[in-house]
Amino acid sequence: MRLLKLVPDNTNLGFVSLRFWAFGLTALLTILATAMVLTRGLNLGVDFVGGLMIEAKFQQPPHLDQVRQKIDALHAGDALLQQFGGKDTVSIRLPLPKSTDEGASNQLIKQVTATLQQSYPGVTISRADTVSGKVSDELILRGIGAVFAAVFGIALWGIFRFEWQFGVCTFVAVMHDVLMTLGFFALTRLEFDLNIVAAVLTIIGYSINDKIVIDDRIRENLRKYRQMDIRTLIDLSVNETLPRTIMTSLTILLALAALLLFGGHVLRGFTAAMMLGIVVGTYSSIYVSSSLLITLGLGRNRSDVRAEPQKAERIGRPTP
Amino acid sequence: MLDFPRWKVLSIWGLILFGILLSIPSFFPQSMTDRWPMHVPRINLGLDLAGGSHLLFEADTDDVAKQRLETMDETIVAEMGRAVPKIGIGDISRQAGKLSFMVRDPSQLDAAVEKVRTLTQPAGMTGQRDWNVAVVDSNRIELTPTQDGIRLAVSDAMKTAVEVVRKRIDALGTREPTIVSEGTNRIVVQVPGLQDPQALKELIGKTAKLEFKLVNTNVNVTGVPGQVPPGAKVDIPIGSQLLPNEDGQGGTAVYRRAIITGDQLTDAQQSYTQDNQPDVNIKFNSVGGKKFAKVTQENVGKPFAIILDGKVLSAPNIQEPILGGSAQITGSYTVDTANQLAIALRSGKLPIKLKVIEERTVGPQLGADSIRAGVIASVIATVAVIVFMLVTYGRFGVYANLAVVINIFVIVGVMGLLNATLTLPGIAGFVLTIGTAVDANVLINERIREERRRGRNVSQSVELGYKEASRTIFEANATHTIAGLIMLILGSGPIKGFAVVLLLGIATSVFTAVLFTRMMVALWLRRTRPRAINI
Repeated sequence: MRLLKLVPDNTNLGFVSLRFWAFGLTALLTILATAMVLTRGLNLGVDFVGGLMIEAKFQQPPHLDQVRQKIDALHAGDALLQQFGGKDTVSIRLPLPKSTDEGASNQLIKQVTATLQQSYPGVTISRADTVSGKVSDELILRGIGAVFAAVFGIALWGIFRFEWQFGVCTFVAVMHDVLMTLGFFALTRLEFDLNIVAAVLTIIGYSINDKIVIDDRIRENLRKYRQMDIRTLIDLSVNETLPRTIMTSLTILLALAALLLFGGHVLRGFTAAMMLGIVVGTYSSIYVSSSLLITLGLGRNRSDVRAEPQKAERIGRPTP
Repeated sequence: MLDFPRWKVLSIWGLILFGILLSIPSFFPQSMTDRWPMHVPRINLGLDLAGGSHLLFEADTDDVAKQRLETMDETIVAEMGRAVPKIGIGDISRQAGKLSFMVRDPSQLDAAVEKVRTLTQPAGMTGQRDWNVAVVDSNRIELTPTQDGIRLAVSDAMKTAVEVVRKRIDALGTREPTIVSEGTNRIVVQVPGLQDPQALKELIGKTAKLEFKLVNTNVNVTGVPGQVPPGAKVDIPIGSQLLPNEDGQGGTAVYRRAIITGDQLTDAQQSYTQDNQPDVNIKFNSVGGKKFAKVTQENVGKPFAIILDGKVLSAPNIQEPILGGSAQITGSYTVDTANQLAIALRSGKLPIKLKVIEERTVGPQLGADSIRAGVIASVIATVAVIVFMLVTYGRFGVYANLAVVINIFVIVGVMGLLNATLTLPGIAGFVLTIGTAVDANVLINERIREERRRGRNVSQSVELGYKEASRTIFEANATHTIAGLIMLILGSGPIKGFAVVLLLGIATSVFTAVLFTRMMVALWLRRTRPRAINI
C-alpha cells in the first residue's frame, strides 16, 4: 500500500528569507486585530458583564423583532437577542432585576417564559443563567489572570529548558495567537464567555507545544551541525519538522471539525475559536517564533555544543 | 529496543485491561449502575449535561462582624452585672465597628479590664486574641475586633452554615445535592434535575433566627402597649429595643434579653390553626420549656413578641402559663410558606446571611442534546483520525489507532475511578485529546521516516525514532501540563472541567502513545524481522 505523504520528503523551503515579509504581514494583522478588539469590543456574555441569560427553544424559527417586542413589553431593561446555533434557538440577555428580593430573577424568568409561551406555544427554556456583577468582575479577572499565567509560565519553561531567546520568541508568537483569536471574536461578534477562555488557554497550550517541537529540533541541530550558518540551520529544522507540524495540525483540525459540525450549538463558539487558534498557531510556529530567533541573535551556547563532528547525513540537502 | 521482557508486556496489558474495566460502568446510565450488586466508580455528569441548578451563595461577612459586636455587647453587660462587687458601666457605643463603654467608678477600671480580657479568646497562630482591649480617655474601655478574630468567626460561621444548608436542602427531598464551601465565604449548591430554584433560594435566604422576647409595655404611644406607629419618635429605655413589625406597619418595643431562642427548639412542623389556617407548631427542649413556663407564669396578661430574623411576627398576650414547652407561630402563611418556615426552623438558624450571586439552570433536554452531540462528535472525530493515521502510516498507523482507542477507555476509566465530573467543555477536552494523543505518534513516525531516509536500517530507525521523539514529547507534554495546571488552579467552572480531562489525557496518552505502541512495534519487529518497512 502506498502511504499518504502530505509533505514531500526533504522539503527545502526558505522560510527564513521570507521572514521580513512574514513579520510585516504578522504585525499588520496583529495591529488590525488589536484595533478591532479596541474599537468594536468583544460581545461579552453574562459570565463577564453580569445579568440574566435565557436560552429559549422555539418550535419554529421566530422573528427576532417580534420576540424583542414581546420582551420589551415587560419593561425589564434593554434586552439583547441573538440566534444561537440553530435558527429556532434564541438567547435573550437582560440586565439583573433591580429588586434585591431573592426570587426576583426567577420571577423575571417566569415572566419571560409566560410571555413567550403565550405567543409561541411549545417554546421551552433550555437554559437560564443569572450572574451578579460581583461574580462577573471576578470571572473576568480570573480569566485574564489565567491567560497571562499560562503564557508567562510556559515562556519561563522555555527559558529554563532552552535559552532566553526561545522563551521570548514563544512569548511573542503566543501573544500574537491570543490577539488574533480575540480579533476574530471582535470581528464575528460571537459571544465571548467562560468556555472561550478555556479555548484560548488550549490554543496557548497547543501553540506552545508546536513551537517547542521546532525549538527542540533547532537545539538538536545546533549540537549536530556546529559549523552551519544559523539561518540555514533554522530553515533546516523547520523543514525537517514540517511533515509533523502539518500532520498534527490537520489531525486536530479534523477532530475539531467533527466537534464543530456535530458537537451541538453550545460548543460551537468554543470549537470555532480553537480551529482558528490551531491555524494561527501553526503559522506563527513556522514564520514567527523560529525566524524571530535570528533577529534576537541566537548564539551557540558553549556549554551546549558537544564536540561532535558535523554529519552530512541528510540526503539531498543542498549546501548552504 | 527489540528487547521487551515478558513481565513488561504483561504489566502493560494488565494496566490497559484494568483501565478498560474501570471505564465500563460509565458507559451505562446511572440508573442502571445504581442497581448493580456492588458499588462501581463512575463518571459524574456535570449539571450542563445532566440538567439542574447551580447556585453560588455568598455570606455577608460584615454581618458576622456586626453580630459579634452585638453578642460581645450583651455578654459584657451581663458579666459586669454579675461581677462581685458589681461594676457599673454606661454609655455603650458600637461606633465604627468598635465596642466601647465607660466605667462609672474609676477605681473599678482595672477590675473591669481584667474581666473583659477573660472574655476574649486566642485566635490564629500568632498568639493574637480575637479582640484588642485598650483603655481610652482614662475611664473608657475600648474593644477592637482583630483581623484574625473576624477570620475565625467567619470560618466558624461558614462551617455551621454549610451544615444548615445541607439540612434544609435534604428536607426539601431533592436528589443528590452537592454542597461545598468555596473560598472563605462562599457556598456552591448544585442540585441535579431541579428546574425552578426559587423555593430553594428562598429557603436558604432565610436566616431563621427565632426569638421570643417580652414586650416593654412601658412604651405606650398608641394605646396598644409596646406598639409604635411608623415614623413616631419614641424614647426607648435602655435594655429595650425597637423592632420592625413583619407587616411593615410600625414596630414593637421589646426587652433586649430573649426569653427563649430557636437554639432550644427540638421540632417544628407545619400544622393548622382552629380556623384551618396553616401555621407552624414548635416544640422546645426541656431547659427551654422550663424557662418558657417560668417566664409565662410570671407575666400572665402581658404580651410577648415572636421575632423571626429581626422582625416581629406577632405579639400575643400571655393568657395563661405555657407549660407544655410548645408554641404556635401564626401569620399569613400558605401551606408551602409555613412548611418552608418549619424546615428552616428545624434545621437551625444560619449563623450568617447568605445571598445568591450566581445562578445557572440547564434544562434536561439541552443536557441530553449536548450528551448526544458530544458522543456523536467524539465518534466521528475518532473515526476521522483513525482513517487519517491509517492512510498515512500504514501498520504504524494501526498501532497508533489502537493506542488512541485504548486511550479513550483509559481516560474514562481513570475519570470514573476519581469520580470526576464530566462537563460539556470536558467533552471538548476529550475530542481535543483524541487529536493531540496522536501527536506523539506523529512525532515518532515522522522521525522513523526521517531516519530511514538517512539510510539507517529498520531496527536502528525505529529505535532512534522513539528515542529522539521521546525527548520532544516530554517537552511538549510538560508545557501542556503547565497550561492545564494553570487552568485547574485559576480557572472556574467550565474551565476546570476542561482542565481535568486535558491533564488526564496528557498522562494517559504518554502511556498509550509511547509505551504501548513501542511494545507493539518491538514485538512485531522481533517476530518478523523485516528488512524494509512501509512508513
